[in-house]
Amino acid sequence: MNRFFGFVKKEFQHIFRDVRTLVILFGLPMVMIILFGFVVTTEIRDVEVGIWDRSMDQASISATQKIFASGYFIPAGYLQHEEEIGELFRSGRAKVVVVFEEGFERHLQRENRAAIQLITDASDANSAQLSLTYLQGVLMTYFQSMNQEIEMPWSVNMKSRMFYNEELKGVYMFVPGLMALILMLISALMTSVTITREKEFGTMELLLASPLKPREIILGKVTPYVLLSFVNAMTIVLMGFLVFGVPVVGSLWLLMLECILYITLALSIGVLISTNAKTQQMAMFISMVGLMLPTILLSGFIFPIDNMPKVLQWFSTLMPARWFIVVIKNIMLKGTGFAFIWKETLILLGMTLFFILASVKRFKIRLN
Amino acid sequence: MVDHEHIIEVKEMVKKFGSFRANDRLTFYVEKGEIFGFLGANGAGKTTAIRILCGLSYPTSGEIMVAGHDVYREREKIKRKIGYMSQKFSLYEDLTVSENIRLYAGIYGLGRNQIASREEQLLERLALSHIRNRLIREIPLGWKQKLAFSVAIFHQPAIVFLDEPTGGVDPITRRQFWEMIHDATEEGITVFVTTHYMDEAEYCDRVSIMVDGRIDALDTPAALKQQFESKNMNEVFLKLARR
Amino acid sequence: MRILLTLLVKEFKQIFRNRLMLPIIFVIPVVQMILLTYAASLEMKGISMAVVDQDYSQASRLLVSRFEGSPFFEISLTTSDYQKAVRELTRDRVDVILHMPHEFEKRLYSEKETDLQLVVNAINATEAGLVNAYCTRILFDYNTQVRAEWFGLEGSGRQTTLEMIPRYWYNPLLDYKIYMFSGILVIIVTMIGMLLTALNLVREKEMGTTEQINVTPIRKYQFLMAKLIPFMIIALFELAFGLMIGRLLFGLPIEGSLGLLFLFTCIYLLVVLGIGLFLSTISNTQQQLMFLAFFFMITFILMSGVFTPAESMPLWAQKINLVNPVAYFMKVIRMILLKGSGFRDISREFFSLCFYAMVILTLAIANYRKTT
Repeated sequence: MNRFFGFVKKEFQHIFRDVRTLVILFGLPMVMIILFGFVVTTEIRDVEVGIWDRSMDQASISATQKIFASGYFIPAGYLQHEEEIGELFRSGRAKVVVVFEEGFERHLQRENRAAIQLITDASDANSAQLSLTYLQGVLMTYFQSMNQEIEMPWSVNMKSRMFYNEELKGVYMFVPGLMALILMLISALMTSVTITREKEFGTMELLLASPLKPREIILGKVTPYVLLSFVNAMTIVLMGFLVFGVPVVGSLWLLMLECILYITLALSIGVLISTNAKTQQMAMFISMVGLMLPTILLSGFIFPIDNMPKVLQWFSTLMPARWFIVVIKNIMLKGTGFAFIWKETLILLGMTLFFILASVKRFKIRLN
Repeated sequence: MVDHEHIIEVKEMVKKFGSFRANDRLTFYVEKGEIFGFLGANGAGKTTAIRILCGLSYPTSGEIMVAGHDVYREREKIKRKIGYMSQKFSLYEDLTVSENIRLYAGIYGLGRNQIASREEQLLERLALSHIRNRLIREIPLGWKQKLAFSVAIFHQPAIVFLDEPTGGVDPITRRQFWEMIHDATEEGITVFVTTHYMDEAEYCDRVSIMVDGRIDALDTPAALKQQFESKNMNEVFLKLARR
Repeated sequence: MRILLTLLVKEFKQIFRNRLMLPIIFVIPVVQMILLTYAASLEMKGISMAVVDQDYSQASRLLVSRFEGSPFFEISLTTSDYQKAVRELTRDRVDVILHMPHEFEKRLYSEKETDLQLVVNAINATEAGLVNAYCTRILFDYNTQVRAEWFGLEGSGRQTTLEMIPRYWYNPLLDYKIYMFSGILVIIVTMIGMLLTALNLVREKEMGTTEQINVTPIRKYQFLMAKLIPFMIIALFELAFGLMIGRLLFGLPIEGSLGLLFLFTCIYLLVVLGIGLFLSTISNTQQQLMFLAFFFMITFILMSGVFTPAESMPLWAQKINLVNPVAYFMKVIRMILLKGSGFRDISREFFSLCFYAMVILTLAIANYRKTT
């Protein structure tokens, strides 16, 4: 046993000697959470809007002022010709062009109706639609204020309640996914590369020839990463709480246990990869392509699974991260107990056992 | 050749890593055309010194001239005139025998026709023509080493530096290897070789023995044996190490 | 020049002899481009809704039918038990609950006003916001209809109406895939180029073959260029390959000049591969490098506006984007492909990257040590 602890200590020293990697290991989750919290938002801000005002009367001018007073839009220029719309879009200086028809105010006064064209650069379909929705909202409110004197006879009012995220913060969505991603990255990628490195340099043979049992060697390699990953998981939870106010509504203990289960799962995948990869590069690419991208894309981290084609939805059930994210969302955000997540936990447990058995088997084959 | 030109001239060379002195005020010279043996135990500072002479590492202080050029200012000029075979094996494992030869010949700017004819000669001399298209990783260590040496002198440098060239090979291959070294000197190449096989020291014209970063003895093998009253170089070395 | 050629021959031989390379260059990108484009959709359809109707009146049924008619909602549960609906929400089986309490209709007649409750699972805030907006719109239409039909009020009689005509240029069908695809293409070209370049040099360092190279009179720029050019060609090839796939599978439009796109890509690759080389000059092992590269890549990519428009990011993020080459390329590839922008439109980005390339390559060369 002492021999084993000595080995683990050596592995720790090895990791802590490389300060730069260590800084990145701990810095990465922090940078990511800040990026997702502040930068990757679908909010609309400072959308450049070009105005082509063909009537230049009181109504159109005050409507223009309203648009820019809303805070969502900034002026990209005032146009004179139709051709300028294309120029503005092609050079990327505007996302939307608002066209007021000729005699805008006259139409409003005489016929009680007037038309505005909202031309948008829809090459980015998503943000085009979003900006249009906002722009329509702003104009709608403005013109409805003109109708204020008319009383509504009755109405059905809607009271909305936003469960689990009253302030509609985007970061709520990302914290669980980020945990799944970072833990997978550190646990699986790091272990697979470290073990493969020993193989590539022939030092694995040396270890195998030592009195340490193969099981001890693998455990020794893996133990430091369990701790590192765990610290990282807690960093994310803490950062989420301190910087963005993401709570842990449910049991923190349960959360930690589930994290350890998922870390074990990721590590066993890492070991399995390392028993198959010959070079570090190979281990790296298997981990990156086989694990990272599916974890980001098919787990419901950024893109909702329900919107995917059926085949991909089916694929996503094979992703450990998918189940882990459900578990974390339940514990952290919804505050549900084990009764709601036993199924997911069981799936994760099953996967862990499968990968451990598979890597033990591969390892034995290699030794023989 | 009666010409006793000093092709390497080292005065008071010091290399420090932090407070550790890997090379402590080394002073020696190497004559043109000789085989200069650079002996010492593992960790005595041999590789550090050879890396400085090749321009791979900066000295901390001292005056060092290699092939008439200063190692501080004219490293790139030195590199045109030397060959180097490192301890860590450095042919490309994923290239074939022939591709490795062509690569290094190309780097030294040899012409295509020149490369082709010399490659032919070389492979014939080494009796490796039949495996010219095999990957380096597939051929035995002894062949690799002979090939690495031949590649290091392919561009006919003035000096070739060999850092423990015979590590890990059988006695017969070692013998053949030393024959190749002798052949190289016939062509006028000066050989600077480090080794910790003391029997190999007998093949050198002159040897220096390093202990703990310092040169403790420097002379012809015969003179050293006489000085230390020993039968062979091994005894000389043991006596020096115990001092 | 001949030396550079010799080195290039060596690099290409090594690259294509490596059995890992072919899948990395061919298979993985194709799979990714197809998979990701389908997976990476922010389009919403079929939000599952639970209806809790505790009134069962004409008014409530009319409202439910309005929701049934909407393409956005799929009513997956109708019940009178509110608690049951909440449990389904907790289990993620429904996204939103529409709750009409007792006396929903009665209050409409007696108090001229009645309440309706909407409960949204708001963990995905964007989705929740949109769900709320859709519901508001449906309710607005419902109000107008009921006022007109039941109470005989012609709402538009004295009211001013504004007709807003939306026009979607370049992409009238609002196909999100082509936008995503161009973004994914950028990611793949960047990742493959940068990672392969950087790993290649560090691997040589780790193996010790650079030692042998460093003792030759080879120039630093020759050696680094020989490391850069092959991967630049591979990345350009990757771009061409990707454009073909996009064209065939997703009907990716190519509005602008392909020549311009490839010219710009060359400059871009000089920058990205230059960064890769620079990172490899400051790393000693492949593992170190991988983490450095991964860190920069994920930051660059997330900030580049691949999923969300870069213009909507906070000011500090936009400042950082000035040194983010991926942001330039992400913008320009979409401009050229989807909008047909010409050289004048992208000249600012073009010259910025030219300058960037010079700086980073100089840094990489200066930082590569033949002597330690």
